[in-house]
Amino acid sequence: MSTVFLALQTNEDTRPIIEAILQDNPSAVVDEQPAMVKINADGRLVVRRETIEELIGRDYDLQELQVNMITMSGNLDQTDDEITLFWKS
Amino acid sequence: MDMQVAKKKLGLKERYAVMTRGLDWTPSYQKMEDIYPCIAYEGIKIHDWDKWEDPFRLTMDAYWKYQAEKERKLYAIIDAFNQNNGHLNVTDARYINTVKLFISGISPLEYVAHRGFAHAGRAFPGPGPRVACLMQSLDEIRHAQTQVHSISNYNKYYNGMHDFHHMHDRVWFLSVPKSFFDDAITAGPFEFMVSIGFSFEYVLTNLLFVPFVSGAAYNGDMGTMTFGFSAQSDEARHMTLGLEVIKFILEQDPANVPIVQRWIDKWTWRGYRVLTLVAMMMDYMLPKRTMSWKEAWEVYFEENGGALFKDLARYGITMPKCAEQIALEKDHLSHQAWSTFYNYAAAANFHTWMPDEDEMAWLSSKYPESFDKQYRPRYEFWREQAAKGNRFYNKTLPMLCQTCQIPLVFTEPGDPTKICYREVDYKAEKYHFCSDHCKEIFEHEPEKYVQAWLPVHQIYQGNCFPEGTDPTAEGFDPLAAVLKYYNFENGRDNLDFDISEDKKNFDEWRGQATKNI
Repeated sequence: MSTVFLALQTNEDTRPIIEAILQDNPSAVVDEQPAMVKINADGRLVVRRETIEELIGRDYDLQELQVNMITMSGNLDQTDDEITLFWKS
Repeated sequence: MDMQVAKKKLGLKERYAVMTRGLDWTPSYQKMEDIYPCIAYEGIKIHDWDKWEDPFRLTMDAYWKYQAEKERKLYAIIDAFNQNNGHLNVTDARYINTVKLFISGISPLEYVAHRGFAHAGRAFPGPGPRVACLMQSLDEIRHAQTQVHSISNYNKYYNGMHDFHHMHDRVWFLSVPKSFFDDAITAGPFEFMVSIGFSFEYVLTNLLFVPFVSGAAYNGDMGTMTFGFSAQSDEARHMTLGLEVIKFILEQDPANVPIVQRWIDKWTWRGYRVLTLVAMMMDYMLPKRTMSWKEAWEVYFEENGGALFKDLARYGITMPKCAEQIALEKDHLSHQAWSTFYNYAAAANFHTWMPDEDEMAWLSSKYPESFDKQYRPRYEFWREQAAKGNRFYNKTLPMLCQTCQIPLVFTEPGDPTKICYREVDYKAEKYHFCSDHCKEIFEHEPEKYVQAWLPVHQIYQGNCFPEGTDPTAEGFDPLAAVLKYYNFENGRDNLDFDISEDKKNFDEWRGQATKNI
C-alpha cells in the first residue's frame, strides 16, 4: 500500500490534532521537520472530530484545520465527523 | 407554549450542495454554448457536471472565515518581524538572495495564477468547479499580495528587489517561469486545470513550497516562513482540487484519457524545468540546508508521485515518461544551474558565490555519484582564478531552448560531459531545444511555440535597450544597456556576494544590533 501523508504547522493548535491522529491511526508515523510535522500512514489516514474534541475539551469544526494545513498526499473526503486521506490501490 | 426548538443545522454535504449547485440555474433564453464558448474545443467530453464535488466541501461563507483568520495571523507576525529588525536574524546575508529570486521569479506567477483561475472558473458550466476556481483565484491574488508585503521589508535594506515586476517581464532567466505560466493561461480551460491545478499544484508544488518554507524557517527568516505557511495552507486545498479535476475528467469519458495523458506528460516536464531554480536554491543558496534537491525529488516526486500515478492507473494514466530522464538528471541539475548563474552573475538581480569547504563537503556527501568528479574540480578552478583576480563574468549570450527558454546548459541524459542540443526545422527556420521532451512539446504545437519571446533573440534584435539607445555609437556596451533596460544597477544588484553592498551593510548592521556603538 502506498503512503498517504498530512503535513501540519507546528503550533499549539495542531498539537492535540496530531495526538488525536496518532490515537486513531495505528500505522501513523510522525516525521518532525523544521516548523512542520508530517504524519505518514500506510494507505489510509483518518482525522476524527470526536477524538480531537475529547482532547481539547471543546467543540471542534474540522474545517478549522484549513488554517494549519501545509500539504497532503492521497484522495480526500471530508464530512462533519471525519477527514479521510486514502489511496485506492 | 412558546418552546424554542434548536434549529437543525445543515450537515456539511447538504450545506455544500445548497451553496454550490443550489445557487446555479439553467439559462432559458441564451444557449449554453454561447455562455460557455471555451468548453468544447479542446476535445474533452463532460456529460454530468454535477459529478464534480470538492472533497473539502468548502463553501464561500466558510472560506471567508478561515481566510480572514489566516490573514490576521500572518500580518501580526509580519509586524513583529519588521519591528524587531528580523532581517538581521537570518543565518547570513547570502540567504537574502533566495528571497530576491522568489519575489522576482515566483510572486508574479501567483498573480498570473489568479487570472488563470478566474478565467477557468468563468469558462466551466459546472457550479462545483466554478466555486473552487473562484476560491483558488482569490487565494492566488492573496499570495501575490502577502508575498509583496512580507518581502517589501527586505527591499528597504537590500538590493535587487526594487522593481521585481518590471524585471519579471524582461530579464533573461525570469522568462523561464514567466513563459511557463503564460503558456498555461493561453491554453484552454481544461488544459489550464491539468497544467497548473494538477501537474504543478499536485505533483510539483511540494518541491517549491515545502523546501523553500522549511529553508526559510531553518535560516531564521520568520517573515518568509510565515507567508509561506499561510500560502501553503491554501495549497493543500489547491492540490485536492487538482486531483479532483483529473479524476472528474477521466471518469466522464474514456476519450478524455489520451488527451489528459499528453497534458500530464507535457506539464510535468515544463514544471520540472522551472524547478531548476529551486534545485539551485536548495543546494547552493540556503546557508543552512534542509535537504538536498535530490532528496526532495525522491521524497516528493518519486515516492509521493509514484503513489499518485499508481492510483491513477485504474483510469489508464501512466507515470509521465520524462520521469526517466529526470531521474538521470537529479545528480546534476542544481550544479549545472548554479554554474550557469555563477557565469552570468553580471546579468542577475542577485549575487553568486563559490561554495566554501564545508559546503563542498556537504555537496560531496549528498551527491557522491557526481559532485567530486564533475563539479568540485570546476569550482576549485574558478575559486583559484577569482583569488588571482581573474574572476570571469560571461558576457556572451547563450542559445536558449525554444520551449522552456533555459539556456542550453544541460547535459545528455546519462553523459554529464556532453551538452545536450536538439533542433527542429519548421517553416524554413531552425529551432533549438535543451532536451527531447522540450523538442516533442514544440513539435506537437509549433504554431504556439514559434511565438516565444526569447530574451536572447530580443536582445540581438535590439528590443532590450532603453528607448533612444544608439547601438551604433562608438564604444557601445550592449550589456550595460541591457542592464539599464532591466532596471538593474550595475555593480550593486549583480556580481559576486563577497564584494556586494548587501554583505557590507549586513555585517555592519548586525554588528550594531549586538554591540553598543
